[in-house]
Amino acid sequence: MDAIILQILNGLDKGSAYALIALGLTLIFGTLGVVNFAHGALFMIGAFVAVSLQRLFGMSFEQIDETKTDFLGNPLKVNVPYVDSWFGPDVGEWLIDWSVPLAILVAIPVMLLVGFVMERGLIKHFYKRPHADQILVTFGLAIVLQELIKYFFGANPIQTGAPDAFTGSFDFGRLIGFDPNVIIYPYWRLVYFAFAAVVIGAVFSFLRFTTFGMVVRAGMADRETVELLGINIDRRFTIMFGIAAAVAGIAGVMYTPILAPNYHMGMDFLVLSFVVVVVGGMGSLPGAVAAGFLLGILQSFASMNEIKAIVPGIDQVIIYLVAIIILLTRPRGLLGRAGVMED
Amino acid sequence: MSKTNFTRRGLIKTGAATGAGLALPTIFTSGAMGFTNEPTGSTVKLGFNVPQTGPYAEEGLDELRAQELAVEHINGIGDGGMLNTFSSKVLDGTGILGKKVEFVTGDTQTKSDAARASAKSMIEKDGVLMINGGSSSGVAVAVQSLCQDAGIMFMAGLTHSNDTTGKDRKANGFRHFFNAYMSAAALGPVLKNVYGTDRRAYHLTADYTWGWTQQESIQASTEAIGWETVNNVLTPVGAGDFSSYITPVLQSGADVLILNHYGGDMVNSLSQAVQFGLRDAMANGKQFEIVVPLYSELMAAGAGDNIKGVYGSMNWNWQLTDEGTQAFVKSFGEKFGRPPSGSAHTCYVQTILYADAVTRAGAFNPCAVVEALEGFEFDGLGNGPTLYRAEDHQCFKDVLVMKGAENPTTEYDNLEIVEVTPVDQVIYPPNHPMFGGDEASLGECNDGA
Repeated sequence: MDAIILQILNGLDKGSAYALIALGLTLIFGTLGVVNFAHGALFMIGAFVAVSLQRLFGMSFEQIDETKTDFLGNPLKVNVPYVDSWFGPDVGEWLIDWSVPLAILVAIPVMLLVGFVMERGLIKHFYKRPHADQILVTFGLAIVLQELIKYFFGANPIQTGAPDAFTGSFDFGRLIGFDPNVIIYPYWRLVYFAFAAVVIGAVFSFLRFTTFGMVVRAGMADRETVELLGINIDRRFTIMFGIAAAVAGIAGVMYTPILAPNYHMGMDFLVLSFVVVVVGGMGSLPGAVAAGFLLGILQSFASMNEIKAIVPGIDQVIIYLVAIIILLTRPRGLLGRAGVMED
Repeated sequence: MSKTNFTRRGLIKTGAATGAGLALPTIFTSGAMGFTNEPTGSTVKLGFNVPQTGPYAEEGLDELRAQELAVEHINGIGDGGMLNTFSSKVLDGTGILGKKVEFVTGDTQTKSDAARASAKSMIEKDGVLMINGGSSSGVAVAVQSLCQDAGIMFMAGLTHSNDTTGKDRKANGFRHFFNAYMSAAALGPVLKNVYGTDRRAYHLTADYTWGWTQQESIQASTEAIGWETVNNVLTPVGAGDFSSYITPVLQSGADVLILNHYGGDMVNSLSQAVQFGLRDAMANGKQFEIVVPLYSELMAAGAGDNIKGVYGSMNWNWQLTDEGTQAFVKSFGEKFGRPPSGSAHTCYVQTILYADAVTRAGAFNPCAVVEALEGFEFDGLGNGPTLYRAEDHQCFKDVLVMKGAENPTTEYDNLEIVEVTPVDQVIYPPNHPMFGGDEASLGECNDGA
């Protein structure tokens, strides 16, 4: 029983990331009809916004400490962060410590901008082209973006820690009557799950309860009719592209303490997120979210030693197996509209 | 009356055989007159095949720095570094046998096929005589075998799998770096001292040649000190998220987690194990501990605070105080503004050892170089007295047991040396079962002729 609870918890944080990326993918597919293979790169760029902010706060000047020596025996040059000298060590240390959550504030405008530039500059030229062209151009864009990140940040993963207040883990088992240390779960992963729930709730509320959202939904259902009503749906869809980019970006920001960011993290998540979209149903927002969590948890279960002892290697293929089964038996996906992917 | 056997079919067969012979890659035939890439001009070219892209690119960059420095020292530029402390004194700063050393670089991408392709290109197009570098055992084994077939010397860079000088050993290949068995042999007694004999270990192991041999070695050495092995779980290379592998650890009854991971995998698995509270946990009435059998400076930097107090091993570290190390750290530090990493040291030393062996042999022919390196004993290159064993081409020298420093003062001293394990404790017979047993053989040296 404890193992099952553990794997459900484990699946939640990965599922949260899948759900957030898949949500953006579905939004873009639903509004613009574009299969955006660069969406994983947006997640990765978000993570590197957090890395950049941490580096920015950590920027320092050298001060010579005569009492110590460096590896060559010269007086040690100590790096003092500028923020420490500007705001005092207390505030400076706090800023460095909290750089990941603070990066959300930076990531939202940055990602909106990246989204607008990407959509207006490149992707809009491919709306009327076949899906294969869209996939090629967005995939190419993803590779360009990841190589750019590698050029500036190097190939190694970069540790980007959570605030000290959230390091360590929560003894979930003790709360529900198990022995201590049986079901433990890092605080930051709980934060990530809560954060994902809030973002998903906000996106759904935005689409459901605002006039803008209503028009977008109408456009998704019948673009021509909305245009006939004199509404500039293109502009709204561009904004939705920016919002989807921002969702992927902040999902990346908050994921950095869980997985040290590297330049290819976007590609790793992208493929799985596409499977999530297909399983959930192309164009279905609730489907993307539900499938994200479902597949995250399923993947966790498949990594259990007991399961792998029966079917070796199942943890690597489970998601794709599910995708094959869904595509064979219910091509529209779990919650997809009838007709999508079925013709 | 004579009768000839000249038939149409015979002609076709002969023609096909001749055609196939002509079509053979030049690397297998070009040395027909002397040996592969026999130098004729006033220069000689070496090939540095390191990961310049991919997950170990930072390590590759550091290897390149060291190789560049070694070439400078061999050509008489700079302060000479370890040439001043090396026990062999035949290198005089005029290159190798009077020929100035040049080098070309290739990108292994830490992929066996890419590494073989770049090595092949350096051999065929650039005419290199020796290939050095790399940060992965999979790559090392693949490139070593290519060099053997081509009649080129392979001076391995960072490769820690037992197989490189074990079941996959080759006559043209030499390894200065230590291996998984030696790491385990050095770590065992230290782990016994700090954590006792009554421990239960859980292994997470990278699923490829290095991971398997590392796990096999450390399991044997920990069981020899009385530890019990609870489980060994193979994890895919580049898994990223190890949480589902880490969560069952505490429930398994284990009180030590051994991470047979390297590079980015180790950074992620160690950080996630710490996130899941393993280092704060108590198990079987004892403090839960984590062990990382193989450390590198770049991994330690990547893992940050998470490595504090975690034990592991290294081939060499810049904090050693011997003369050779100090000379190398000084020339490297002054040129690049940072201390060299362990992989940089290995590549520097291998390049020097190659140049020295050619000079002592008085010839560039790989078979003469192999003979000069086999059984060669030397000192002054950073690890104390060292032997290049003839039977398997493995270097034997002291091994360092390391620990994540509690209070590092700079970004470069986040590991501290706990013990220098003497070579006698880590040596093993060449036909050890973990190294291919009696069947393992170097084969014949190949000069491409």
